[in-house]
Amino acid sequence: MAFESLGEKLQGVFKKLKGQGKISEKDLKTALREVRVALLEADVNYKVVKDFINNVNERALGQEVLESLTPGQQVIKIVNDELTKLMGGFQSKLEISSKPPTIIMMVGLQGSGKTTSAGKLGRLLKKQGRRPLLVACDIYRPAAIKQLQVLGEQLDIPVFSMGNKTSPVDIARAAINHAAYHGNDIVILDTAGRLHIDEALMEELSLIKKQVNPIEILLVVDAMTGQDAVNVAEKFNELLDLTGVVLTKLDGDTRGGAALSVKAVTGKPVKFVGMGEKLDALEPFHPDRMASRILGMGDVLTLIEKAQENFDAKKSQELQQKLLKAEFTLEDFLTQMQQMKNMGPLDQIMDMLPGMNKAKLKGLQLDEKEFVRFQAIIQSMTKDERKNPQKINGSRRKRIAAGSGTRVQDVNRLLKQFEQAQKMMKQISGMTTGKGKKGKFKLPFM
Amino acid sequence: MGFFSKLKESLKTSLGGEKLSDSLTKTRKGFIDKIFDVFSGKKIDEELFEELEEVLIQGDVGVNTAIDLVEILRERVKSEKIKEAEQLRQVIVEEIINIMGEETSALNLTPGELNIILIVGVNGVGKTTSIGKLAYKLKSEGKRVMLGAGDTFRAAAIDQLKVWGQRVGVDVISHKEGADPAAVVYDAIQAANARKIDVLIIDTAGRLHTKVNLMEELKKIRRIIDKEASGALKEVLLVLDATTGQNALAQANTFGQAAGVTGVILTKLDGTAKGGVVIGIKAEQNLPVKLVGVGEKMEDLQVFRPQDFVAALFTEVEDEEYAG
Repeated sequence: MAFESLGEKLQGVFKKLKGQGKISEKDLKTALREVRVALLEADVNYKVVKDFINNVNERALGQEVLESLTPGQQVIKIVNDELTKLMGGFQSKLEISSKPPTIIMMVGLQGSGKTTSAGKLGRLLKKQGRRPLLVACDIYRPAAIKQLQVLGEQLDIPVFSMGNKTSPVDIARAAINHAAYHGNDIVILDTAGRLHIDEALMEELSLIKKQVNPIEILLVVDAMTGQDAVNVAEKFNELLDLTGVVLTKLDGDTRGGAALSVKAVTGKPVKFVGMGEKLDALEPFHPDRMASRILGMGDVLTLIEKAQENFDAKKSQELQQKLLKAEFTLEDFLTQMQQMKNMGPLDQIMDMLPGMNKAKLKGLQLDEKEFVRFQAIIQSMTKDERKNPQKINGSRRKRIAAGSGTRVQDVNRLLKQFEQAQKMMKQISGMTTGKGKKGKFKLPFM
Repeated sequence: MGFFSKLKESLKTSLGGEKLSDSLTKTRKGFIDKIFDVFSGKKIDEELFEELEEVLIQGDVGVNTAIDLVEILRERVKSEKIKEAEQLRQVIVEEIINIMGEETSALNLTPGELNIILIVGVNGVGKTTSIGKLAYKLKSEGKRVMLGAGDTFRAAAIDQLKVWGQRVGVDVISHKEGADPAAVVYDAIQAANARKIDVLIIDTAGRLHTKVNLMEELKKIRRIIDKEASGALKEVLLVLDATTGQNALAQANTFGQAAGVTGVILTKLDGTAKGGVVIGIKAEQNLPVKLVGVGEKMEDLQVFRPQDFVAALFTEVEDEEYAG
């Protein structure tokens, strides 16, 4: 992961600095060059990076090197602080009108994920006890209306549509009346994707805004967007005066520098992030965590939260005891896998762990089907085998494979993964049962 | 003039290239302006190199590729004793063309037999739309075309493909939403064989390249094709959104491994995005761009011509005053 290289590079830069009282201009320059490359690799806009580096430079120059921190960490800390600050500092919530209905308008380029985000947002608000109405204002893309209708059906949320012959402005207006009549307190307008330089279509958004005066106008931005994010955000903001941003497809491996670019040029906060294709995968945005992600530092906070939510504390402690005594068995492995699964898709969890790089994790990638297979394999073992996996020789492997309806290769793979899991569990249980002390979890740059 | 006038010539005379160059030129104005600022009447110095690097990075070329390119320029300036900034412009065009190749990469289709094209990519890049346009293009060339609705996941994706099928006038083979895409592919191949189809284009659901199980599903689709129509799979095209930044490299890499990608369709080039990341993709993974999407209409899919691409990057058609 990029963080490791950044962390290591910075460490290298500052190694010779040990024992000195202050960060020198020259060393800082070398260090900031590495930060610059890291940010550019994360797709933060060039100009934004430039301003940012200047700010950090000013702040860091001549600063005392704190005793407890190495200079490398000190710079990372300043960079992280500045990034978090730039990204809004704190979490920004959705505005709800005091006089219903609350009108939310989703806008953005084609393929950024407006319709899916509209559905997810509807679900979130419905769960909070509100009565949302989804409105199909995309009359251009083939089957866009149908897509929203299918989502509405899945979520049990009404969808208002007037086909693809009526102008979106009229649809929006009619939808507000419909909402008033049917007691919907939230109206989510799903507009067509459009290019920010398409004047005719941009004008249409402007007219919808004038017509229904939405309290929230959310720009939906693909987290994988490159340098162009600033142009897009600038244009949409200029015309519509956005209220916020939804950052989608953040469940991939993109570092998401677009988040920073968009915030920097519009000043508008990211309010939600899309974390997957499932309809519950819309999460509030945490600027500090995003800062770490852009720098490639992993999202330890989210991981800890998820771990605390989902790990049975007692079971974890038992497991840790076993780990310490090296008694971690295949049965425990099964329990642990179950708990990990409760935390969410495994690849996401792995991404959050700093220092976990993809290559190292190759053998650990599990999908849900794999999990079922592993369960069958473990259950086909004798109790003795589960406790002492080293006993499982060739003929036992054959028997286990036959018994679980799998192949010997699958059994081998499981045993290999078990071995790796033993190593990893040591890290995770050390972290979750550190009695609130985060210090136990060693960040790779320390 | 020399090299530039040649480029310009190729730009103007190339059949069907007009729309591409139009839109590229239009969309790249900011990019070009900056190039002009960089070069006009300047002596070559360190600042110029830095500005050049900046311009490349802003075009999503990527920080590493940009640094490499500028490094090559530095060396050539030294060894060829280049003094004027204007000459440098020519050198960088040469270097990018060097990476992208001079020739267009045509689709590898064999007449008189079934050809299968598999379309893959992450969510929202324009796979289904590109398929509609590609079907139109191939049909206009006189081929019998069929579509397979392999995106059984996204709500209404099948309907979207059907609408395109109707527009273009080609058959669409589909199952219900939620069906096994491999089964759709199987049926589509049988139907294509029965109806003596020349080109079967198969749509797949958008998937992030980091989802291991979904990438496995792609491999399964490939296996079905290889089994049911051995040798018919001629192209696996990765659809990339021109607005995507450096993550496109990871996409090309992972999809390349899982699905055996043979080329790229670069979409949404009618915006302000530069799509510069394809330079890095070509340099690192030798994946050629074969087609480009330049609008929402049926005819807005064109053959990618590296010469045009670079020419449009560095020339401004409206401004006849440029020096070359």
